[in-house]
Amino acid sequence: MATDPPLIAFDAVTKSYGTGEALVHALAGVDLRIDEGEFVAIMGPSGSGKSTCMNIIGSLDTPSSGSYRFKGVDVGTLNRDQLALLRRHYLGFVFQGFNLLARTTAVENVELPLIYRGMRAAERRERALQALESVGLADRATHTPNELSGGQQQRVAIARAIVTDPYVLLADEPTGNVDTKTSVAIMELLARLNADRGITILMVTHEPDMAEYAQRIIQFRDGLIDSDARNGKVSA
Amino acid sequence: MIYETLKLALQAIRRNVLRSFLTLLGIVIGVGAVIAMVTIGNGTTAKIEEQMSKLGSNLLFVIPGQLGPRRASATAQPFDARDVDALRDQLRNVQAVAPVSSSSKTIVFGSENRSVTVIGTDNGYFTTQALDITDGRQFLDSELRGGQAVCLIGETVREKLFGSLNPVGATIRVDTVSCDVIGLLAAKGQSGFGQDQDDVVLMPLRTFQRRLAGNSDIGRIYVSAATKDETAKVQKDIEWLLRERRRITAGKDDDFAVADMQQIISAQTATTSSMTILLGAVAGVSLLVGGIGIMNIMLVSVTERTREIGIRLAIGATENQVLMQFLVEAVVLSLIGGVSGVVLGLGLAGTAVGLMRIPFILDADIVLLAFGFSALIGVVFGYFPARRAAHLNPIEALRHE
Repeated sequence: MATDPPLIAFDAVTKSYGTGEALVHALAGVDLRIDEGEFVAIMGPSGSGKSTCMNIIGSLDTPSSGSYRFKGVDVGTLNRDQLALLRRHYLGFVFQGFNLLARTTAVENVELPLIYRGMRAAERRERALQALESVGLADRATHTPNELSGGQQQRVAIARAIVTDPYVLLADEPTGNVDTKTSVAIMELLARLNADRGITILMVTHEPDMAEYAQRIIQFRDGLIDSDARNGKVSA
Repeated sequence: MIYETLKLALQAIRRNVLRSFLTLLGIVIGVGAVIAMVTIGNGTTAKIEEQMSKLGSNLLFVIPGQLGPRRASATAQPFDARDVDALRDQLRNVQAVAPVSSSSKTIVFGSENRSVTVIGTDNGYFTTQALDITDGRQFLDSELRGGQAVCLIGETVREKLFGSLNPVGATIRVDTVSCDVIGLLAAKGQSGFGQDQDDVVLMPLRTFQRRLAGNSDIGRIYVSAATKDETAKVQKDIEWLLRERRRITAGKDDDFAVADMQQIISAQTATTSSMTILLGAVAGVSLLVGGIGIMNIMLVSVTERTREIGIRLAIGATENQVLMQFLVEAVVLSLIGGVSGVVLGLGLAGTAVGLMRIPFILDADIVLLAFGFSALIGVVFGYFPARRAAHLNPIEALRHE
């Protein structure tokens, strides 16, 4: 056994919604290990459980049964405030719909997670600008989301996710709402963050082209892992 | 963090200026009404007290019936000239006694006419009311005895009827009686009850009784004691004398009242304070409605911003932080309402006070109270929506369109 517990460990995790006849098993007993530094693509048809899996990893949702341990800590035992702190200090989220605050400038959006950390304004601003710089949007800092293209908005969202130096970046269909060319730019950005900064990346996608950027591809089907393979095409 | 939360609240309020403004109106009107009411009430009371004290503390009022809002003066038997004579002859330590009967009549001079208070009295009136004559003279004994048609007029009457003319020596018509003006009274201004004390015509009691009233009733009697210290004793003597004269047997209540200034003031303030309580209750209801308005708008705001709340929860905001965000927003909203209400209330009171010529008395307690109450409303009515926001499930909130 390794001395360090895996970053993410699922043991027989199930998740069901509804009751009686309408009972749906979104996850039907999933075992999963993800180590630090991995770049994992999660694929599968709609309703296969991939998003539910992501939500549980992101501590936005809780398993119906089974255990989820993050760095060895049983997440099931944490209360809502502790879950919020877990998200605040270890996780970063990128959503398909960007989910930036409207009528709020890019730099203010990026600063948001730092506000909840109680960071002082000057330091916050500096780090937010650095994060924007690293996604190539330093010159758009004072633009509001409706003044930015979809690709730019998603890059702002990525900057917001990485400004806290998270262990894990959770990206739920990050290229779902942008065109192919922009998708490539975003995937290259994620790959670079993984390679240069060692951020573990979990990405849900149903585009095989995008999954090719990951080192490991997990296929979901009917609430179970159908296949889990290293991506041969990525040399690293 | 507090600063950030405040900034956030102000941003949210600014995003919906019109909606925030309409929400605030309830609080603004409620707080404004309370402040205006109390300030005007205080001013009125101060003015009444000031004027009463000018009249002197040795003045006693004798009226038929009982003192207070429910006095039965209509059914109580009025006084007559013999009562006044008895008081004048039998009381000791008395400076002056003045019988008074009055009613509202139309007076005419040239093409001008005006409805004024006509008072039938005698020369004791000038002493008891501390009233000066700026031009002309008092009544002559012969005029009083003979009930002759002479009168003195107040400053307002002079101004409205005579303008720049000299009224003394002129003849005016009072109702149906032609009356020679023999004097002009010194201006007294408004009374504490808002009446113009200069809009009066004085004539001999007998003239008033015979030619205007058509009876020999006396509505009230003013008695001024020789000194302040003797007022209480004189009051007792009057009560004893009048019980005797009106044949009230022992054990029965008086059917008249003798009151000094202090008693008149307390009777008046009793009426004023019950009015204040009533109006305060109305203002309180308005504040409650304002609070419900705030709750409504905060609920709308929470629904509208469900997605924003989801984002905040996802990036690590705790329930408490979201709760505080919305609570602070509600409190800031209602405090803005409170401040505007205070400003509005003081503005209204300032204007009213100017018009009513009463002193402007700022009651800091009530300003603080209204202010604190509006903040409390923000907390109470903002708590429920804020809790609802904080308890949202992050995933559902994020999916919300």
